[in-house]
Amino acid sequence: MAPDGSAKAITQPVARGPRGRSPGVSSLERLARRRSSIAFLMTLPLILVIAGLVAYPAAWAIYLSTLNRRMRANIGFDNYLILLESESFRMIIWQSCFFAITAVLLKALIGFWLAHMLHHIPTRGQRKWRGMLLIPWVIPPALSTLGWWWMFDPSYSSINWIINVFGFPSVPWLGQPWWARISVIMVNVWYGAPFFMIMYLAALKSVPEQLYEAASIDGATSWQRLRFITLPMMQNIISITVLFSLIVTFANYDIVRVLTNGGPRDTTHLFATYAFQVGILSGNLPRGAAVSLFMLPILAVAAFFILRGVTRRTKEIA
Amino acid sequence: MAQVSLRKLVKEYEGGVQAVKGIDLDIEDEEFVVLVGPSGCGKSTTLRMIAGLEEITSGEIAIGGDVVNDIPPRDRDIAMVFQNYALYPHMSVYDNISFGLKLRGFTREEIKRRVDNAARILGIGELLERKPKALSGGQRQRVAMGRAIVRDPKVFLFDEPLSNLDAKLRVQMRTEIKQVHQTVRTTTVYVTHDQVEAMTLADRVVVMNHGVIEQVGPPNELYRNPATIFVAGFIGSPAMNMIPARLEQAGGGGLMVQLGEGLSVPVPEERTARYAPHANRDLLFGIRPEHLTEATRIDKQNLAPLTVKLDVIEPMGMETLVHFHIDGTSVCGRVDPAAGAEAGVRMALAAHMEHMHLIDKGSGKVL
Ligand SMILES: Nc1ncnc2c1ncn2[C@@H]1O[C@H](COP(=O)(O)OP(=O)(O)OP(=O)(O)O)[C@@H](O)[C@H]1O
Ligand SMILES: [Mg+2]
Repeated sequence: MAPDGSAKAITQPVARGPRGRSPGVSSLERLARRRSSIAFLMTLPLILVIAGLVAYPAAWAIYLSTLNRRMRANIGFDNYLILLESESFRMIIWQSCFFAITAVLLKALIGFWLAHMLHHIPTRGQRKWRGMLLIPWVIPPALSTLGWWWMFDPSYSSINWIINVFGFPSVPWLGQPWWARISVIMVNVWYGAPFFMIMYLAALKSVPEQLYEAASIDGATSWQRLRFITLPMMQNIISITVLFSLIVTFANYDIVRVLTNGGPRDTTHLFATYAFQVGILSGNLPRGAAVSLFMLPILAVAAFFILRGVTRRTKEIA
Repeated sequence: MAQVSLRKLVKEYEGGVQAVKGIDLDIEDEEFVVLVGPSGCGKSTTLRMIAGLEEITSGEIAIGGDVVNDIPPRDRDIAMVFQNYALYPHMSVYDNISFGLKLRGFTREEIKRRVDNAARILGIGELLERKPKALSGGQRQRVAMGRAIVRDPKVFLFDEPLSNLDAKLRVQMRTEIKQVHQTVRTTTVYVTHDQVEAMTLADRVVVMNHGVIEQVGPPNELYRNPATIFVAGFIGSPAMNMIPARLEQAGGGGLMVQLGEGLSVPVPEERTARYAPHANRDLLFGIRPEHLTEATRIDKQNLAPLTVKLDVIEPMGMETLVHFHIDGTSVCGRVDPAAGAEAGVRMALAAHMEHMHLIDKGSGKVL
């Protein structure tokens, strides 16, 4: 008798649960029982957060960028057209792209090289080095950039001092357009490379050792192992890291703001710093919004293709 | 096509673990040799040293007559099949199989010809476009073998290639591996801890234990004449019975094995000379279960009657295993299902004394 009873007790709710057929269950309760409803309710907080903190500001920014300077009339895409026609803004597009692409490439290369070196240090010593190499990434960039600014200072530059010791002339780090461009890239790379390093290190560790063994038996040199095993196996992490870094680097503000404030002669401005200058300092908020939104479509398209590749590979491999 | 020879091969891992303690082995051209032994005995280490994946602490490895100690894996002209296959997950089956050929600069036509040939041998022609993720365990196993076959290397190395498969597939793949070897006739070193796999596949079996070779020989030779107590116990399932016994002089110059509980069995005449020096010593009496049968089943000479009380019987279908005790030692026999074995009942068994072994407890040697 006892086993019978308990068996019934277990099967009963299951039998009536999903279909909600039993009498006396209100339609509200039935709605709550449906898995999709439950899923929706459980994600509702996140949906609200995204709506409030992402969708609303984004929509507002887009709306803002279609207004005139006094924010009285809607002028459509005129702000964008005016920007495109302006010589100085075209230079900023170019400088932003040059800055972001060069910096991301360098960060990726240096990060990969560092990760590779770390990967081959025995585990015991590795933690110490990993920790030290991560330091640039954990210091607030505004603060560390200030340190760099001091090192680049025309009269007290410690870098110049070292260069002079080796008999080379001083470099006008922040004083000339090209040196200033190189300087902001350098600082950005210094700040961002550890992030690449740590991502790549994790990716390197996830490649099974046996694949390398199989490859070396198959006849691969160490360069070929890198080319045919490591890189393809890391491709997803590389794509995601590059995409992520590209977005963040395009949107960089603090380094340029602290180091050059856009100068000399606006040659180091990026979208963010220029948007700040146009929107806040010069008081043309709609045009500033248009500046900051300029990259959105391009980055969105890039993100779409990169993420699609990532999803496809994940399905095939993992 | 090549022979492989190991000379005083030693492997000591960091921290002083001696995984391989100086082994000598000569593998003939076209031979299929299986290294077998319990977990941790150094089989994989030996194989990986042959492959060049593990540095040799001391000793020498020669492949095809050339010492390869300092030659990297890619120049040793070997192919290896790993336990978990180690297929390249980002490459299609075709690319996996052809990777080694591509690296070695074969022409596209030659690669295609070889891959198609290997795919035909292994029956994986329809899978060539797939990624490893979309394959079953047995198919992955075949791809891994395909990767080895296309290279037409001097030596195949297998490290427990079947242990990730289910029992049925394992038997099937075992047969396939044997067929492939009969087709391509490449010298093969195969590592397993499964003695059935070792027996069924090998031309010669190498039994290893604690980093040393216990015995080398053809499967049946190892089964009939194990050299040590370890081999005697390791090869064969159910394992050989080993009963503490005393070898005693009997009347007429014969010898008797005294098993305790008043049981004794006579040593066959042709073995008396061999065992005579060990008379009056405490030894282990070894006899396989199939040589302890019902008394009626056989009418040959050298049968010693042995009546025992059965504890447990296990019907296996084509035979029945009977378990009993002699002086506290558990013993297993194999009788005909029709012999009427019953637990708790005394049964007249017969020991086939021409298959007996005597083992020296101290040295572990089979006398
Ligand atoms: N990298 C290593 N460092 C230290 N000791 C190791 C290392 N690899 C293996 N060993 C030790 O060497 C011994 C032999 O290992 P090996 O892998 O050759 O065993 P095996 O016979 O292949 O066992 P199994 O059947 O479990 O695969 C073991 O005791 C193992 O712990
Ligand atoms: Mg092993």
